[in-house]
Amino acid sequence: MGLATREAYGKALAKIILENEKIVVLDADLTKSTKTSDAQKVCPERHFNMGIAEANMMGVAAGFASSGYTVFASTFSMFATGRAWEQIRNSIAYPHLNVKICGTHAGIAVGEDGVSHQAIEDISLMRTIPGMEVYSPCDATETMAVIEYVSKTDKPCYVRLGRSGVDDVYSEDTKFDFSKIRVLKEGKDIAIFATGLMVQEALKAAETLKAEGINITVVDVACIKPLDEEGVLNILKTHDHIITAEEHNIIGGLGSAISDVSVKYLPKKITKIGIMDRFAESGPFNELLEKYNLTSSYIVKVVKDLK
Amino acid sequence: MKDLNLHIKNIRKNIVKMVANAKSGHPGGSLGAADIMGVLFFEVMDINKDNAKGVDRDRFVLSKGHASPVLYATLHEKGIIDEDLMTFRKINSKLQGHPNMSYLDGVDMSTGSLGQGFSAAVGMAMANKLSKNEHRVYALLGDGESEEGQIWEAAMASAHYKLDNLCAVLDFNGLQIDGDITKVMNPTPLDKKFEAFGWHVICIDGHNKDEILDAFNKAKEIKGKPTLILAKTIKGKGVSFMENSAAWHGSAPNAEQLEAALNELEVA
Repeated sequence: MGLATREAYGKALAKIILENEKIVVLDADLTKSTKTSDAQKVCPERHFNMGIAEANMMGVAAGFASSGYTVFASTFSMFATGRAWEQIRNSIAYPHLNVKICGTHAGIAVGEDGVSHQAIEDISLMRTIPGMEVYSPCDATETMAVIEYVSKTDKPCYVRLGRSGVDDVYSEDTKFDFSKIRVLKEGKDIAIFATGLMVQEALKAAETLKAEGINITVVDVACIKPLDEEGVLNILKTHDHIITAEEHNIIGGLGSAISDVSVKYLPKKITKIGIMDRFAESGPFNELLEKYNLTSSYIVKVVKDLK
Repeated sequence: MKDLNLHIKNIRKNIVKMVANAKSGHPGGSLGAADIMGVLFFEVMDINKDNAKGVDRDRFVLSKGHASPVLYATLHEKGIIDEDLMTFRKINSKLQGHPNMSYLDGVDMSTGSLGQGFSAAVGMAMANKLSKNEHRVYALLGDGESEEGQIWEAAMASAHYKLDNLCAVLDFNGLQIDGDITKVMNPTPLDKKFEAFGWHVICIDGHNKDEILDAFNKAKEIKGKPTLILAKTIKGKGVSFMENSAAWHGSAPNAEQLEAALNELEVA
Protein backbone atom coordinates (compact mmCIF):
# COMPACT_ATOMS: atom_id res chain seq x y z
CA MET A 1 0.00 0.00 0.00
CA GLY A 2 1.30 3.43 -0.93
CA LEU A 3 0.61 6.80 0.60
CA ALA A 4 -2.81 8.41 0.71
CA THR A 5 -3.11 11.23 -1.80
CA ARG A 6 -3.56 13.69 1.09
CA GLU A 7 -0.19 12.58 2.46
CA ALA A 8 1.42 13.16 -0.91
CA TYR A 9 -0.24 16.59 -0.99
CA GLY A 10 1.34 17.42 2.37
CA LYS A 11 4.78 16.42 1.14
CA ALA A 12 4.44 18.31 -2.14
CA LEU A 13 3.22 21.44 -0.41
CA ALA A 14 6.05 21.34 2.13
CA LYS A 15 8.47 21.25 -0.79
CA ILE A 16 7.01 23.95 -3.03
CA ILE A 17 6.30 26.41 -0.23
CA LEU A 18 10.06 26.67 0.26
CA GLU A 19 10.66 27.11 -3.47
CA ASN A 20 8.08 29.85 -4.01
CA GLU A 21 7.81 32.64 -1.46
CA LYS A 22 4.47 33.77 -2.91
CA ILE A 23 2.71 30.60 -1.77
CA VAL A 24 0.47 30.78 1.30
CA VAL A 25 -1.52 27.97 2.87
CA LEU A 26 -4.86 28.29 4.63
CA ASP A 27 -6.52 25.57 6.63
CA ALA A 28 -9.71 25.32 8.69
CA ASP A 29 -8.65 23.52 11.87
CA LEU A 30 -7.77 20.29 10.07
CA THR A 31 -4.07 20.80 9.45
CA LYS A 32 -3.08 17.33 10.68
CA SER A 33 -5.81 15.64 8.66
CA THR A 34 -5.33 17.61 5.44
CA LYS A 35 -1.55 17.33 5.95
CA THR A 36 -0.96 21.04 5.46
CA SER A 37 0.77 20.59 8.82
CA ASP A 38 3.83 19.47 6.80
CA ALA A 39 4.04 22.91 5.16
CA GLN A 40 3.29 24.57 8.49
CA LYS A 41 6.31 22.81 10.02
CA VAL A 42 8.76 24.07 7.43
CA CYS A 43 7.18 27.50 6.86
CA PRO A 44 4.96 28.55 9.76
CA GLU A 45 4.92 32.21 8.68
CA ARG A 46 3.04 31.39 5.48
CA HIS A 47 0.58 28.90 6.95
CA PHE A 48 -2.59 30.38 8.46
CA ASN A 49 -5.15 28.51 10.47
CA MET A 50 -8.50 30.15 9.78
CA GLY A 51 -10.40 28.10 12.34
CA ILE A 52 -13.67 26.30 11.73
CA ALA A 53 -14.93 28.96 9.35
CA GLU A 54 -14.69 27.70 5.78
CA ALA A 55 -16.69 30.50 4.16
CA ASN A 56 -14.35 33.11 5.56
CA MET A 57 -11.33 31.01 4.63
CA MET A 58 -12.33 31.07 0.95
CA GLY A 59 -12.85 34.83 1.07
CA VAL A 60 -9.50 35.33 2.78
CA ALA A 61 -7.97 33.14 0.07
CA ALA A 62 -9.44 35.51 -2.52
CA GLY A 63 -7.97 38.50 -0.68
CA PHE A 64 -4.51 36.92 -0.58
CA ALA A 65 -4.73 35.94 -4.25
CA SER A 66 -5.77 39.45 -5.27
CA SER A 67 -2.62 40.62 -3.47
CA GLY A 68 -0.36 38.51 -5.68
CA TYR A 69 -0.17 35.27 -3.71
CA THR A 70 -0.75 31.68 -4.83
CA VAL A 71 -3.10 30.30 -2.23
CA PHE A 72 -3.63 26.69 -1.19
CA ALA A 73 -6.84 26.45 0.84
CA SER A 74 -7.57 23.13 2.46
CA THR A 75 -10.19 21.42 4.50
CA PHE A 76 -12.28 18.29 4.04
CA SER A 77 -13.72 18.21 0.55
CA MET A 78 -17.25 18.25 1.95
CA PHE A 79 -16.78 21.57 3.69
CA ALA A 80 -14.65 23.16 0.98
CA THR A 81 -16.84 22.38 -2.01
CA GLY A 82 -20.14 22.03 -0.19
CA ARG A 83 -20.34 24.54 2.60
CA ALA A 84 -18.21 27.18 0.89
CA TRP A 85 -19.43 26.59 -2.68
CA GLU A 86 -20.84 30.03 -3.17
CA GLN A 87 -17.75 31.72 -1.75
CA ILE A 88 -15.66 29.70 -4.21
CA ARG A 89 -17.99 30.64 -7.03
CA ASN A 90 -18.35 34.35 -6.32
CA SER A 91 -15.14 35.34 -4.55
CA ILE A 92 -12.63 33.02 -6.28
CA ALA A 93 -13.85 31.76 -9.65
CA TYR A 94 -15.75 34.83 -10.86
CA PRO A 95 -12.71 37.11 -10.39
CA HIS A 96 -10.41 34.33 -11.75
CA LEU A 97 -8.26 34.33 -8.62
CA ASN A 98 -5.23 32.14 -8.05
CA VAL A 99 -6.58 29.80 -5.40
CA LYS A 100 -6.04 26.05 -5.23
CA ILE A 101 -8.81 24.42 -3.26
CA CYS A 102 -7.38 21.12 -2.06
CA GLY A 103 -10.16 19.07 -0.54
CA THR A 104 -9.13 15.99 1.36
CA HIS A 105 -11.19 13.05 2.64
CA ALA A 106 -13.23 13.12 -0.57
CA GLY A 107 -15.58 10.31 -1.51
CA ILE A 108 -16.93 7.56 0.72
CA ALA A 109 -13.47 6.25 1.52
CA VAL A 110 -13.39 8.73 4.41
CA GLY A 111 -15.03 5.72 6.03
CA GLU A 112 -16.21 5.65 9.61
CA ASP A 113 -17.06 9.36 9.84
CA GLY A 114 -20.06 8.64 7.66
CA VAL A 115 -22.30 10.56 5.32
CA SER A 116 -21.87 14.05 6.80
CA HIS A 117 -18.18 13.87 5.84
CA GLN A 118 -18.43 11.92 2.58
CA ALA A 119 -18.18 14.30 -0.36
CA ILE A 120 -19.70 12.46 -3.31
CA GLU A 121 -20.80 15.63 -5.11
CA ASP A 122 -17.55 17.63 -5.09
CA ILE A 123 -16.45 16.99 -8.67
CA SER A 124 -19.88 17.93 -9.89
CA LEU A 125 -20.03 21.06 -7.74
CA MET A 126 -16.64 22.30 -8.87
CA ARG A 127 -16.85 21.40 -12.54
CA THR A 128 -20.04 23.36 -13.02
CA ILE A 129 -18.33 26.61 -12.00
CA PRO A 130 -17.08 28.52 -15.07
CA GLY A 131 -13.29 28.47 -15.38
CA MET A 132 -12.70 26.16 -12.42
CA GLU A 133 -10.20 23.39 -13.16
CA VAL A 134 -10.77 20.00 -11.54
CA TYR A 135 -8.03 17.46 -10.74
CA SER A 136 -8.48 14.02 -9.25
CA PRO A 137 -5.12 12.23 -8.98
CA CYS A 138 -5.02 8.50 -8.21
CA ASP A 139 -1.79 7.96 -6.30
CA ALA A 140 1.03 9.71 -4.45
CA THR A 141 3.29 10.38 -7.43
CA GLU A 142 0.47 11.74 -9.57
CA THR A 143 -0.74 13.89 -6.66
CA MET A 144 2.69 15.45 -6.21
CA ALA A 145 2.81 16.22 -9.91
CA VAL A 146 -0.67 17.76 -9.82
CA ILE A 147 0.25 19.98 -6.88
CA GLU A 148 3.45 21.07 -8.59
CA TYR A 149 1.50 21.74 -11.80
CA VAL A 150 -1.35 23.76 -10.27
CA SER A 151 1.12 25.82 -8.24
CA LYS A 152 2.48 27.11 -11.54
CA THR A 153 -0.82 28.15 -13.12
CA ASP A 154 -2.72 31.24 -12.07
CA LYS A 155 -6.10 29.57 -12.49
CA PRO A 156 -8.58 28.66 -9.78
CA CYS A 157 -8.29 24.88 -9.31
CA TYR A 158 -9.91 22.16 -7.26
CA VAL A 159 -7.83 19.14 -6.30
CA ARG A 160 -9.65 16.07 -4.95
CA LEU A 161 -7.67 14.11 -2.37
CA GLY A 162 -8.36 10.94 -0.42
CA ARG A 163 -7.95 9.92 3.18
CA SER A 164 -6.80 6.33 2.91
CA GLY A 165 -3.62 4.77 1.60
CA VAL A 166 -3.82 3.59 -2.00
CA ASP A 167 -1.58 1.40 -4.15
CA ASP A 168 1.02 3.21 -6.21
CA VAL A 169 0.24 3.31 -9.91
CA TYR A 170 3.14 5.42 -11.12
CA SER A 171 6.86 5.17 -10.55
CA GLU A 172 8.49 8.26 -9.08
CA ASP A 173 10.22 9.22 -12.33
CA THR A 174 6.97 9.39 -14.34
CA LYS A 175 6.46 12.51 -16.43
CA PHE A 176 2.95 13.91 -16.46
CA ASP A 177 1.01 16.00 -18.95
CA PHE A 178 -2.30 16.94 -17.38
CA SER A 179 -3.65 18.35 -20.61
CA LYS A 180 -4.00 14.73 -21.75
CA ILE A 181 -5.80 11.69 -20.46
CA ARG A 182 -3.45 8.79 -19.87
CA VAL A 183 -3.93 5.33 -21.34
CA LEU A 184 -2.51 2.89 -18.79
CA LYS A 185 -3.53 -0.30 -20.55
CA GLU A 186 -4.37 -0.75 -24.19
CA GLY A 187 -7.04 -3.29 -24.88
CA LYS A 188 -9.87 -3.53 -27.34
CA ASP A 189 -13.64 -3.41 -27.53
CA ILE A 190 -14.08 -2.11 -23.98
CA ALA A 191 -12.51 0.97 -22.43
CA ILE A 192 -12.83 2.20 -18.88
CA PHE A 193 -12.23 5.81 -17.90
CA ALA A 194 -11.35 5.96 -14.22
CA THR A 195 -10.37 8.65 -11.75
CA GLY A 196 -8.97 8.71 -8.23
CA LEU A 197 -8.81 5.38 -6.42
CA MET A 198 -10.95 3.74 -9.10
CA VAL A 199 -7.90 3.79 -11.37
CA GLN A 200 -6.34 1.08 -9.17
CA GLU A 201 -9.57 -0.90 -9.20
CA ALA A 202 -9.78 -0.65 -12.98
CA LEU A 203 -6.19 -1.84 -13.34
CA LYS A 204 -6.86 -4.80 -11.05
CA ALA A 205 -9.99 -5.63 -13.03
CA ALA A 206 -7.98 -5.49 -16.25
CA GLU A 207 -5.48 -7.99 -14.82
CA THR A 208 -8.25 -10.37 -13.79
CA LEU A 209 -9.93 -10.08 -17.17
CA LYS A 210 -6.65 -10.56 -19.01
CA ALA A 211 -6.22 -13.92 -17.35
CA GLU A 212 -9.57 -14.83 -18.88
CA GLY A 213 -8.54 -13.57 -22.28
CA ILE A 214 -10.37 -10.23 -22.17
CA ASN A 215 -8.20 -7.18 -22.78
CA ILE A 216 -9.72 -3.88 -21.77
CA THR A 217 -8.36 -0.38 -22.13
CA VAL A 218 -7.82 1.53 -18.89
CA VAL A 219 -7.59 5.31 -18.92
CA ASP A 220 -6.58 7.52 -15.98
CA VAL A 221 -8.43 10.83 -16.05
CA ALA A 222 -6.55 12.96 -13.54
CA CYS A 223 -7.73 16.25 -15.01
CA ILE A 224 -11.50 16.19 -15.31
CA LYS A 225 -11.69 19.83 -16.32
CA PRO A 226 -10.47 21.05 -18.74
CA LEU A 227 -11.03 17.58 -20.17
CA ASP A 228 -8.87 16.26 -23.02
CA GLU A 229 -11.78 15.97 -25.45
CA GLU A 230 -9.61 14.83 -28.32
CA GLY A 231 -8.11 12.03 -26.24
CA VAL A 232 -11.54 10.94 -25.03
CA LEU A 233 -12.89 11.00 -28.59
CA ASN A 234 -10.07 8.74 -29.78
CA ILE A 235 -11.03 6.18 -27.15
CA LEU A 236 -14.71 6.51 -28.07
CA LYS A 237 -13.86 5.90 -31.73
CA THR A 238 -11.80 2.80 -31.12
CA HIS A 239 -13.97 0.99 -28.57
CA ASP A 240 -17.46 -0.51 -28.69
CA HIS A 241 -18.27 -0.19 -25.01
CA ILE A 242 -17.40 2.60 -22.63
CA ILE A 243 -17.38 2.40 -18.83
CA THR A 244 -16.63 5.20 -16.39
CA ALA A 245 -15.58 4.57 -12.78
CA GLU A 246 -15.42 7.09 -9.96
CA GLU A 247 -15.81 7.22 -6.21
CA HIS A 248 -18.43 9.93 -6.65
CA ASN A 249 -22.11 10.24 -7.38
CA ILE A 250 -22.92 9.09 -10.92
CA ILE A 251 -24.49 12.51 -11.46
CA GLY A 252 -22.16 15.33 -12.49
CA GLY A 253 -18.78 13.66 -12.10
CA LEU A 254 -16.39 11.88 -14.44
CA GLY A 255 -19.17 9.81 -16.01
CA SER A 256 -21.08 12.96 -16.87
CA ALA A 257 -17.94 14.66 -18.22
CA ILE A 258 -17.20 11.71 -20.53
CA SER A 259 -20.86 11.55 -21.53
CA ASP A 260 -20.75 15.24 -22.47
CA VAL A 261 -17.93 14.55 -24.93
CA SER A 262 -19.72 11.51 -26.31
CA VAL A 263 -22.99 13.38 -26.80
CA LYS A 264 -21.15 16.19 -28.54
CA TYR A 265 -19.03 14.16 -30.97
CA LEU A 266 -19.92 10.47 -30.99
CA PRO A 267 -23.01 9.29 -29.10
CA LYS A 268 -22.39 5.93 -27.39
CA LYS A 269 -23.91 3.91 -24.62
CA ILE A 270 -21.87 4.58 -21.49
CA THR A 271 -22.02 2.50 -18.33
CA LYS A 272 -21.33 4.56 -15.24
CA ILE A 273 -19.84 2.98 -12.15
CA GLY A 274 -20.03 5.18 -9.07
CA ILE A 275 -22.25 5.98 -6.14
CA MET A 276 -25.72 5.32 -7.49
CA ASP A 277 -27.30 8.60 -6.39
CA ARG A 278 -27.69 7.63 -2.76
CA PHE A 279 -26.02 8.37 0.56
CA ALA A 280 -23.60 5.80 1.90
CA GLU A 281 -22.91 5.15 5.60
CA SER A 282 -20.17 4.69 8.21
CA GLY A 283 -17.86 1.75 7.94
CA PRO A 284 -14.32 0.65 7.22
CA PHE A 285 -12.92 1.94 3.91
CA ASN A 286 -12.70 -1.42 2.13
CA GLU A 287 -16.08 -2.65 3.31
CA LEU A 288 -17.70 0.55 2.05
CA LEU A 289 -16.10 0.21 -1.37
CA GLU A 290 -17.30 -3.40 -1.49
CA LYS A 291 -20.87 -2.58 -0.46
CA TYR A 292 -21.19 0.38 -2.85
CA ASN A 293 -19.76 -1.49 -5.84
CA LEU A 294 -16.52 0.46 -6.16
CA THR A 295 -14.25 -2.55 -6.60
CA SER A 296 -12.32 -4.37 -9.27
CA SER A 297 -14.62 -7.38 -8.91
CA TYR A 298 -17.64 -5.22 -9.68
CA ILE A 299 -15.87 -3.79 -12.72
CA VAL A 300 -15.11 -7.35 -13.88
CA LYS A 301 -18.80 -8.18 -13.55
CA VAL A 302 -19.85 -5.10 -15.52
CA VAL A 303 -17.36 -5.91 -18.28
CA LYS A 304 -18.54 -9.51 -18.53
CA ASP A 305 -22.16 -8.37 -18.69
CA LEU A 306 -21.24 -6.16 -21.64
CA LYS A 307 -19.52 -8.99 -23.50
CA MET B 1 -13.84 71.09 2.01
CA LYS B 2 -15.42 73.13 -0.78
CA ASP B 3 -13.96 70.77 -3.37
CA LEU B 4 -14.98 67.75 -1.31
CA ASN B 5 -18.56 69.01 -1.12
CA LEU B 6 -18.60 69.45 -4.88
CA HIS B 7 -17.18 65.96 -5.42
CA ILE B 8 -19.81 64.44 -3.16
CA LYS B 9 -22.56 66.43 -4.87
CA ASN B 10 -21.38 65.09 -8.24
CA ILE B 11 -21.25 61.56 -6.86
CA ARG B 12 -24.84 61.81 -5.62
CA LYS B 13 -26.07 63.29 -8.89
CA ASN B 14 -24.39 60.54 -10.86
CA ILE B 15 -25.89 57.88 -8.61
CA VAL B 16 -29.46 58.97 -9.33
CA LYS B 17 -28.70 59.49 -13.03
CA MET B 18 -27.14 56.03 -13.37
CA VAL B 19 -29.96 54.25 -11.61
CA ALA B 20 -32.63 56.20 -13.47
CA ASN B 21 -30.97 55.54 -16.80
CA ALA B 22 -30.55 51.84 -16.04
CA LYS B 23 -34.13 51.72 -14.74
CA SER B 24 -32.78 49.50 -11.96
CA GLY B 25 -30.18 49.50 -9.21
CA HIS B 26 -29.86 50.55 -5.62
CA PRO B 27 -30.10 54.32 -5.05
CA GLY B 28 -30.93 54.36 -1.32
CA GLY B 29 -27.84 52.67 0.08
CA SER B 30 -25.65 54.39 -2.51
CA LEU B 31 -26.78 57.92 -1.65
CA GLY B 32 -26.48 57.16 2.07
CA ALA B 33 -22.83 56.12 1.68
CA ALA B 34 -21.78 59.05 -0.55
CA ASP B 35 -20.31 61.18 2.22
CA ILE B 36 -18.26 58.27 3.58
CA MET B 37 -17.02 57.37 0.08
CA GLY B 38 -16.19 60.97 -0.78
CA VAL B 39 -14.13 61.50 2.37
CA LEU B 40 -12.44 58.10 2.00
CA PHE B 41 -11.39 58.50 -1.64
CA PHE B 42 -10.62 62.24 -1.62
CA GLU B 43 -9.21 62.77 1.87
CA VAL B 44 -7.98 59.44 3.21
CA MET B 45 -6.90 56.78 0.73
CA ASP B 46 -3.65 56.67 -1.22
CA ILE B 47 -5.20 55.82 -4.57
CA ASN B 48 -5.17 57.55 -7.93
CA LYS B 49 -5.29 56.77 -11.64
CA ASP B 50 -1.55 56.07 -11.76
CA ASN B 51 -1.31 53.60 -8.90
CA ALA B 52 -4.76 52.01 -9.27
CA LYS B 53 -3.54 49.01 -11.28
CA GLY B 54 -1.20 47.64 -8.61
CA VAL B 55 -1.50 46.77 -4.94
CA ASP B 56 1.11 49.23 -3.68
CA ARG B 57 -1.63 51.59 -2.56
CA ASP B 58 -4.60 51.59 -0.19
CA ARG B 59 -7.37 49.24 -1.22
CA PHE B 60 -11.14 49.34 -0.85
CA VAL B 61 -13.72 46.55 -0.87
CA LEU B 62 -17.37 47.39 -1.31
CA SER B 63 -18.73 44.46 0.67
CA LYS B 64 -22.26 45.83 0.27
CA GLY B 65 -21.80 45.37 -3.48
CA HIS B 66 -25.32 46.46 -4.39
CA ALA B 67 -24.18 50.03 -3.67
CA SER B 68 -22.10 49.80 -6.87
CA PRO B 69 -23.41 53.17 -8.14
CA VAL B 70 -21.62 55.00 -5.33
CA LEU B 71 -18.39 53.10 -6.07
CA TYR B 72 -18.53 53.76 -9.82
CA ALA B 73 -19.49 57.39 -9.32
CA THR B 74 -16.66 57.87 -6.81
CA LEU B 75 -14.02 56.18 -9.00
CA HIS B 76 -15.24 58.30 -11.90
CA GLU B 77 -15.15 61.50 -9.87
CA LYS B 78 -11.63 60.60 -8.73
CA GLY B 79 -10.57 60.09 -12.36
CA ILE B 80 -9.62 56.43 -11.87
CA ILE B 81 -12.20 55.14 -14.35
CA ASP B 82 -13.41 56.95 -17.44
CA GLU B 83 -16.24 54.64 -18.46
CA ASP B 84 -19.53 56.21 -19.52
CA LEU B 85 -21.51 55.93 -16.30
CA MET B 86 -24.72 55.78 -18.31
CA THR B 87 -23.80 52.28 -19.48
CA PHE B 88 -24.39 51.06 -15.90
CA ARG B 89 -26.24 47.72 -15.94
CA LYS B 90 -26.40 47.76 -19.76
CA ILE B 91 -25.21 44.96 -22.00
CA ASN B 92 -21.44 44.99 -22.81
CA SER B 93 -20.73 47.44 -20.00
CA LYS B 94 -17.90 47.17 -17.52
CA LEU B 95 -20.25 48.72 -14.99
CA GLN B 96 -21.91 45.52 -13.88
CA GLY B 97 -24.92 45.58 -11.56
CA HIS B 98 -22.58 44.41 -8.82
CA PRO B 99 -18.86 45.21 -9.13
CA ASN B 100 -16.51 43.00 -11.15
CA MET B 101 -12.84 43.53 -10.25
CA SER B 102 -11.64 42.11 -13.57
CA TYR B 103 -13.21 44.98 -15.48
CA LEU B 104 -12.26 48.13 -13.60
CA ASP B 105 -9.18 49.53 -11.90
CA GLY B 106 -9.98 50.53 -8.36
CA VAL B 107 -12.57 47.79 -7.93
CA ASP B 108 -10.55 45.64 -5.58
CA MET B 109 -12.93 42.70 -5.22
CA SER B 110 -15.90 41.36 -7.09
CA THR B 111 -18.76 41.62 -4.65
CA GLY B 112 -22.51 41.42 -4.50
CA SER B 113 -23.11 38.30 -2.46
CA LEU B 114 -23.31 39.78 1.02
CA GLY B 115 -20.70 38.93 3.62
CA GLN B 116 -18.07 37.85 1.12
CA GLY B 117 -16.26 41.10 0.41
CA PHE B 118 -15.42 41.55 4.07
CA SER B 119 -13.52 38.24 4.13
CA ALA B 120 -11.59 39.25 1.02
CA ALA B 121 -10.63 42.52 2.74
CA VAL B 122 -9.39 40.46 5.69
CA GLY B 123 -7.27 38.39 3.27
CA MET B 124 -5.82 41.58 1.75
CA ALA B 125 -4.94 42.94 5.17
CA MET B 126 -3.27 39.62 6.09
CA ALA B 127 -1.39 39.68 2.77
CA ASN B 128 -0.22 43.24 3.44
CA LYS B 129 1.10 42.20 6.85
CA LEU B 130 2.95 39.27 5.28
CA SER B 131 4.37 41.39 2.44
CA LYS B 132 5.24 44.23 4.81
CA ASN B 133 3.09 46.46 2.63
CA GLU B 134 2.25 49.44 4.83
CA HIS B 135 -0.89 50.37 2.91
CA ARG B 136 -4.29 50.05 4.48
CA VAL B 137 -7.38 48.09 3.53
CA TYR B 138 -10.85 49.58 3.78
CA ALA B 139 -14.21 47.84 3.55
CA LEU B 140 -17.74 49.19 3.50
CA LEU B 141 -20.35 46.91 5.04
CA GLY B 142 -24.10 47.22 5.24
CA ASP B 143 -26.07 46.89 8.44
CA GLY B 144 -28.38 44.32 6.88
CA GLU B 145 -25.27 42.56 5.64
CA SER B 146 -24.20 42.03 9.24
CA GLU B 147 -26.96 39.42 9.48
CA GLU B 148 -24.72 37.15 7.38
CA GLY B 149 -22.76 34.66 9.47
CA GLN B 150 -19.67 35.17 7.33
CA ILE B 151 -19.37 38.74 8.65
CA TRP B 152 -18.73 37.34 12.10
CA GLU B 153 -16.28 34.73 10.85
CA ALA B 154 -14.36 37.56 9.20
CA ALA B 155 -14.64 39.79 12.28
CA MET B 156 -13.22 36.99 14.45
CA ALA B 157 -10.32 36.32 12.07
CA SER B 158 -9.42 40.03 11.80
CA ALA B 159 -9.06 40.41 15.55
CA HIS B 160 -7.27 37.06 15.84
CA TYR B 161 -4.64 38.19 13.35
CA LYS B 162 -4.50 41.68 14.90
CA LEU B 163 -5.24 43.40 11.60
CA ASP B 164 -4.70 47.02 12.60
CA ASN B 165 -4.23 47.77 8.88
CA LEU B 166 -7.92 46.98 8.31
CA CYS B 167 -10.64 49.57 8.77
CA ALA B 168 -14.26 48.65 8.10
CA VAL B 169 -17.10 51.13 7.91
CA LEU B 170 -20.53 49.82 8.77
CA ASP B 171 -23.14 51.88 6.99
CA PHE B 172 -25.94 51.85 9.54
CA ASN B 173 -29.03 53.20 7.83
CA GLY B 174 -31.39 50.92 9.73
CA LEU B 175 -33.19 49.60 6.69
CA GLN B 176 -32.97 46.47 4.59
CA ILE B 177 -35.11 45.32 1.67
CA ASP B 178 -37.96 44.01 3.80
CA GLY B 179 -37.93 46.97 6.18
CA ASP B 180 -36.53 48.05 9.53
CA ILE B 181 -33.51 45.89 10.35
CA THR B 182 -34.59 45.53 13.97
CA LYS B 183 -37.89 44.07 12.77
CA VAL B 184 -36.58 41.85 9.97
CA MET B 185 -33.70 40.27 11.91
CA ASN B 186 -32.21 42.46 14.58
CA PRO B 187 -28.40 42.50 14.35
CA THR B 188 -27.94 45.21 17.02
CA PRO B 189 -26.14 46.23 19.14
CA LEU B 190 -23.45 46.22 16.44
CA ASP B 191 -20.97 48.37 18.39
CA LYS B 192 -21.00 45.96 21.34
CA LYS B 193 -20.87 42.92 19.09
CA PHE B 194 -17.80 44.16 17.23
CA GLU B 195 -16.18 45.17 20.52
CA ALA B 196 -16.85 41.70 21.86
CA PHE B 197 -15.21 40.30 18.72
CA GLY B 198 -12.06 42.24 19.55
CA TRP B 199 -12.47 45.35 17.40
CA HIS B 200 -11.92 48.98 18.24
CA VAL B 201 -15.23 50.71 17.50
CA ILE B 202 -15.81 54.38 16.67
CA CYS B 203 -19.41 55.60 16.38
CA ILE B 204 -20.06 58.61 14.14
CA ASP B 205 -22.63 60.52 12.13
CA GLY B 206 -22.00 59.14 8.64
CA HIS B 207 -22.93 62.45 7.02
CA ASN B 208 -20.68 64.68 9.09
CA LYS B 209 -17.53 64.93 6.99
CA ASP B 210 -15.38 66.13 9.88
CA GLU B 211 -16.45 63.19 12.02
CA ILE B 212 -15.84 60.78 9.14
CA LEU B 213 -12.34 62.11 8.49
CA ASP B 214 -11.53 62.19 12.17
CA ALA B 215 -12.62 58.55 12.57
CA PHE B 216 -10.45 57.38 9.65
CA ASN B 217 -7.48 59.23 11.11
CA LYS B 218 -8.07 57.82 14.61
CA ALA B 219 -8.32 54.31 13.15
CA LYS B 220 -4.80 54.68 11.77
CA GLU B 221 -3.52 55.21 15.30
CA ILE B 222 -5.12 52.08 16.76
CA LYS B 223 -2.53 49.32 17.03
CA GLY B 224 -3.01 45.59 17.53
CA LYS B 225 -6.64 45.42 16.49
CA PRO B 226 -8.87 46.33 13.54
CA THR B 227 -11.19 49.32 13.69
CA LEU B 228 -14.87 49.49 12.89
CA ILE B 229 -16.42 52.84 12.13
CA LEU B 230 -20.11 52.50 12.90
CA ALA B 231 -21.60 55.25 10.78
CA LYS B 232 -25.20 56.28 11.38
CA THR B 233 -26.56 57.22 7.97
CA ILE B 234 -29.79 58.10 6.26
CA LYS B 235 -30.68 55.75 3.44
CA GLY B 236 -31.35 57.89 0.34
CA LYS B 237 -29.59 60.92 1.89
CA GLY B 238 -29.90 64.07 -0.21
CA VAL B 239 -33.10 63.20 -2.05
CA SER B 240 -35.98 63.95 0.31
CA PHE B 241 -38.47 61.50 -1.13
CA MET B 242 -35.92 58.67 -0.98
CA GLU B 243 -34.72 59.34 2.55
CA ASN B 244 -35.40 56.70 5.19
CA SER B 245 -37.42 54.62 2.78
CA ALA B 246 -36.84 50.89 2.30
CA ALA B 247 -38.86 51.20 -0.92
CA TRP B 248 -35.87 53.01 -2.49
CA HIS B 249 -33.45 50.22 -1.60
CA GLY B 250 -33.61 48.70 -5.05
CA SER B 251 -35.87 50.74 -7.31
CA ALA B 252 -35.16 53.43 -9.88
CA PRO B 253 -36.64 56.90 -10.18
CA ASN B 254 -38.71 57.77 -13.29
CA ALA B 255 -37.91 60.83 -15.41
CA GLU B 256 -39.95 63.16 -13.27
CA GLN B 257 -38.49 61.84 -10.03
CA LEU B 258 -35.00 62.08 -11.50
CA GLU B 259 -35.50 65.74 -12.31
CA ALA B 260 -36.81 66.45 -8.82
CA ALA B 261 -33.87 64.55 -7.30
CA LEU B 262 -31.28 66.41 -9.38
CA ASN B 263 -32.85 69.76 -8.53
CA GLU B 264 -32.68 68.97 -4.84
CA LEU B 265 -29.09 67.78 -5.03
CA GLU B 266 -28.07 70.84 -7.05
CA VAL B 267 -29.21 73.33 -4.44
CA ALA B 268 -28.08 71.28 -1.45
